[in-house]
Amino acid sequence: MRDHEPLIEVEGIAKRFGDVVAVDSVAFAVQRGELFGFLGPNGAGKTTTINMLTGLARPDAGTIRIAGIDCSKKPRAAQHLMGVVPDESNLYPELSGFANLCFCGSLYGMRKRDRESRARELLGQFGLADAAKRKFGGYSRGMKRKLTIAAGIIHAPPILFLDEPTTGIDVASARQIRQLIAHMNARGTTIFLTTHYIEEAERLCRRIAFIVKGRIVRTDTVEDLMRQSEGRHVVQFAFSGKSAELSDEITAEFPHLHCQAVVGGGIRVESAEPIRVGPLVRLLEDRGAEVSEARKMRPSLEEVFVRITGIEAAAMKQEKDKAKIGGGT
Amino acid sequence: MRAWIAFWNILTKDMRSYYLKPPNISWGLLFPLVWIAMFLIRSRLGIESLPSLLPGLVGLSILFGTTSVLSVTVTFEKKGRSFERLLLAPISLEVLMLAKTTGAILFGAVNAFVPLVVGSFLTDLSAVNWATLIPAVVLIAVNSTFLGLFIAVSVKEVFEAQTFSNFFRFPMIFLCGLFFPIGQLPIWLRPLSYILPLTYGADALHGSIRHAAALPLPADFALLTAFGAVLFGVSLRNIRRRWIM
Repeated sequence: MRDHEPLIEVEGIAKRFGDVVAVDSVAFAVQRGELFGFLGPNGAGKTTTINMLTGLARPDAGTIRIAGIDCSKKPRAAQHLMGVVPDESNLYPELSGFANLCFCGSLYGMRKRDRESRARELLGQFGLADAAKRKFGGYSRGMKRKLTIAAGIIHAPPILFLDEPTTGIDVASARQIRQLIAHMNARGTTIFLTTHYIEEAERLCRRIAFIVKGRIVRTDTVEDLMRQSEGRHVVQFAFSGKSAELSDEITAEFPHLHCQAVVGGGIRVESAEPIRVGPLVRLLEDRGAEVSEARKMRPSLEEVFVRITGIEAAAMKQEKDKAKIGGGT
Repeated sequence: MRAWIAFWNILTKDMRSYYLKPPNISWGLLFPLVWIAMFLIRSRLGIESLPSLLPGLVGLSILFGTTSVLSVTVTFEKKGRSFERLLLAPISLEVLMLAKTTGAILFGAVNAFVPLVVGSFLTDLSAVNWATLIPAVVLIAVNSTFLGLFIAVSVKEVFEAQTFSNFFRFPMIFLCGLFFPIGQLPIWLRPLSYILPLTYGADALHGSIRHAAALPLPADFALLTAFGAVLFGVSLRNIRRRWIM
């Protein structure tokens, strides 16, 4: 494989579960050394895509090449090149942190001396050296997440798949994990990251693909995506009432404004010119809506995401967190 | 070499995590002892009947020991998603599942020797043909373990694994000739006996312990090997279809 060729190459992959189309004609390429973000709401097809890329699911159509290796023909060779961190910390609760890492190393054929020294190195790097002998089952969520990431890179793979690495953990641990991800990428690891934290993707990734209902709706660099927001003015109104109907009324009354209902209540108003809030609040209140907030949105990836996908990022996060609490993914 | 490192470490991890845990060791010892006491008391024939009971006791100890542990541990790991870690490893599914099942096979084989050790103190076992008994024990352990694997792949919950195991195990106590000959079964039940691998295992045990086999031992061994291969093959196919969707 030549250096300029993509390390991950996906062409037209599709997956159905009965009548449900989970992934449809998904295609993208990830270059060597890139940190690629894969964003979408719950049920958009992110985990199904990762499962197909890592060999946990077989695509119904399309091809996947990892470092030039056709995954349908040589899945084991491809698996040797990748580390996988699933969306749940799924190490063995009865084993210590050190034993877990050593066991994961053995699955990749690492010899005892090599896996033990690598395990010690990673425990130090991830700030878990003091907990090395404690059972994984007794770790905090943040510690579990860090050890699961360490297990994913025990064999120093050139490619790392990270599925929701910071979901459900405390702020300090999430911050530390983001730093570790950036550090791994800086040292040359190609990273495929799925997340529902848009600001996390904005901070870490060079390029991003948005996936909605199994289809990629946009793939671009963060820079180019953000450029679309320049010169745009966005104000979001929070109120109780029928958002969709009021959104239509505003569009009819103020044709120069682009108006969109927001999941969870409220509307988002967008324009190339500065937006006058007063007339809009008056109209909303005349129609019986109690406006609790009018917020000017700064240009952000979240805004781009909402414009492209039509999905409110906060609602996406809420939905995901609910699923986590309920034990779903 | 890489596959062997993975194989060995999966096996030793399972031995430490499951099979060598005190509850399982005590289960492995206690269970066959309870079977012995129960059958001796029930038969009312005394210690002299032990040689005729031993093949059945050995067979039951293996069957219950292997299927219980394997079906539960695999279902448990699947539910906790730690099994995904194994499926993501760059080793073939055959090596992976052999590594997962070898611990249960060894556990079942060790269980088999509990009635034999107890029996050696109570009765004369000098007529036992150890050269055929040991392969018979291993082949029964292999078949029972692969039956446990088949069960584990067919269920989602741990309690389902237990229930589904009993669906197979309890009829096998009566249908496989462990304690009374298949010839004593109603004629319409006998075809069922002949499609159960334990029937040939029990026959091999009767042949090795009491020199009372219905079939030639090479035929029993060949059939047990064939049944084991089919059960393993079907389980692997089901894993590919259900777990690597």
